[in-house]
Amino acid sequence: MAVRFYQVGSFAVGNRLANRSDRTVQSDAERANSLTSGHRACQGCGEALGARYALDAAMRATGGQMVAVNATGCLEVFSTPYPETSWQLAWFHSLFGNAPAVATGVAAALRVKGRGDTRVIGQAGDGGTVDIGFGCLSGMFERNDDVLFICYDNEAYMNTGVQRSGATPPAARTATTEAVGANPGNPFGQGKNMPELAMAHGIPYVATATVADLHDLEDKVTRAMEFRGARYIHILVTCPLGWGSAPSDTVRVARLATQTGLFPVFEAEHGEVVRSSPIRRPAPVEDYLRLQTRYAHLFDGQGNPARPDVIAHLQAMADRNIAKYGLIEEEVSSS
Amino acid sequence: MLRQIEGSRAVAETVALCRPEVVCAYPISPQTHIIEALGELVKTGELTPCEFINVESEFAAMSVAIGASAAGARAFTATASQGLLFMMEAVYNASGLGFPIVMTLANRAVGAPINIWNDHSDAMAARDAGWVQLFAETVQEAADLHIQAFRLAEEVSVPVMVCMDGFILTHATERVDLPTQEQVDAFLPPYVPRQVLDPADPYSIGSMVGPEAFEEVRYLAHARQLTALGRIGELGAEFAEAFGRDSGGLVHPYRSADADVVVVAMGSVLGTIKDVIDTQRAAGHRIGALGITSFRPFPIDAVRNALKGARRVVVVEKAISVGFGGVLSTDVAMTLSGLPVPVATVVAGLGGRTITKTSLGDVFEAALGDQLAPLTFLDLNRGLVERELERMALHRRSGPTAENMLRDLGVTGSRIG
Repeated sequence: MAVRFYQVGSFAVGNRLANRSDRTVQSDAERANSLTSGHRACQGCGEALGARYALDAAMRATGGQMVAVNATGCLEVFSTPYPETSWQLAWFHSLFGNAPAVATGVAAALRVKGRGDTRVIGQAGDGGTVDIGFGCLSGMFERNDDVLFICYDNEAYMNTGVQRSGATPPAARTATTEAVGANPGNPFGQGKNMPELAMAHGIPYVATATVADLHDLEDKVTRAMEFRGARYIHILVTCPLGWGSAPSDTVRVARLATQTGLFPVFEAEHGEVVRSSPIRRPAPVEDYLRLQTRYAHLFDGQGNPARPDVIAHLQAMADRNIAKYGLIEEEVSSS
Repeated sequence: MLRQIEGSRAVAETVALCRPEVVCAYPISPQTHIIEALGELVKTGELTPCEFINVESEFAAMSVAIGASAAGARAFTATASQGLLFMMEAVYNASGLGFPIVMTLANRAVGAPINIWNDHSDAMAARDAGWVQLFAETVQEAADLHIQAFRLAEEVSVPVMVCMDGFILTHATERVDLPTQEQVDAFLPPYVPRQVLDPADPYSIGSMVGPEAFEEVRYLAHARQLTALGRIGELGAEFAEAFGRDSGGLVHPYRSADADVVVVAMGSVLGTIKDVIDTQRAAGHRIGALGITSFRPFPIDAVRNALKGARRVVVVEKAISVGFGGVLSTDVAMTLSGLPVPVATVVAGLGGRTITKTSLGDVFEAALGDQLAPLTFLDLNRGLVERELERMALHRRSGPTAENMLRDLGVTGSRIG
């Protein structure tokens, strides 16, 4: 029986009610502010939110002994328009597809210089991770280089104007998967499950997280820094621009992604799932889809399902995730 | 110490003496022996401290080198041909960021058709990538240029590509004088970059630069290359002083002072050219050569000074700008603007075709007799290409060229039935 805290309208306890040691890194006045204010991200940007929490947690975990390598993409563009920067840490951008390899090089240099205590984080959007950066990422994983790689997954190429990536979900409308024809949006049966691909490399630590549960995100980054070797965190970050959601709904939409089962939140160590975050308030996928105009073609003008077949297909995907990762506790105990 | 040693091994042992701290390795013929040898030297502890990293592609190799250089480590890799093209985005990135990476390019043809043998197509494809490109004539020079390359790269903040002819130099066993660690240490100080990725002094490196400053960034890249132009000559002289041999510099004239015809070339073919020149000199012809060691930055003044007295210049080059002609020839001709010195291009040795003394002799004699065409393809099989041109004229259809010609050569393996 879960306790609901009225202050935050969710099942999460507010910071002020938690023990100091249990509070978020972000609530600490001494936080690093790795990605500080004044950058040029859109209103409600999930990537800016996720990066801020992830990097500040990593900065705390490493005592500030850390370097970040960034792929080309929104996060790079909105943070470093010459001659400005929003980064308050040692930060390096080279290319779109090579951030994992650059991170390997940085880690190698630090090791050879006797500064192996300085840790390296690579980060990219989903394009820089699952598509153009995949070769370098897979190489970094299989060599087990001492790098934590974080993917901020907003499920399409947002910086270039919302084109499909290998992480775009089925039925989603993008600029290259138009909402026209009999099977509108992104086709079913395509795309990469990057967390599972990471796990298949047998690396020490893989986790997923979202910007709906920032405390959980911080915990996973902190946990990741306890390992040496290649680690991977896949963070679902809402994109109001590309998803067509209200900027004020960024956290709500991300939460529904988890509560519907469409985005399973879990941790894996050495290729095996060790923990998953249970769904507290199960929701049908329709609740998630309705908030985003990238799925508008699945509904009629009154908000009723216009494509129940497609919605049912998405619901089936969510149900598979729920069963596979044991996301609903009752189902786990009864199985 | 004098050794009888394979070119790749000589380069690897010399690179090891330069104390690279990160070596990224991805195999591609004909450079593979270099990284194999470096891997062994790291394993045995002869090269330490050094991180030897087996990567998954040339793109990753250059990217790892970029990361290592950004964090303050001396980085080295080697590649060739398709490998250089595959890493090209990172090649430009390294120079744009001013990282003093040194890379051996074991020059090899670029496909299709796939071809592992030597020419300079790969280096020419990287001509405008912002790297210094030095061409070695001998194994000795290839080894020595690496020592100067690290020094130059780190002084001027420009990456350096040491080009050595694939197989002809990489796989040739020659007498090489390898320096001692003490000699190299005295010539090459440790790498101390201006700024590195350091939590104690955090910088953002690699920001987006718009129209307001991009031209200035490019201008400064050009200015750095012009600085390098001056330093290459000085370092060559310093190297000669310290190591007792002339390896490096911008250009190398050979019997050209009074020559009517001067032959310009880069790399190992200069050896063959010099042999032909000696023969023709003995026959009373006034002919000489100019070897170009530094292709980028291009030594405009040195080349002009060396060629301005000639009646005719012949550029022998192992590359072609398809649809135009020579690549090196264009630069050479530019240095002679305003002077009545015609420049003829001889495209030779593509895809490893042997450049013989006989064929070069014929071409040089034609030049001495003012009979050489502006553009010559050395030892071209005219019958073969004319049959193909006829076929193309009859039926204008697209399709692979090589397979058609293989049929004419009687090679049936490419076609079943």
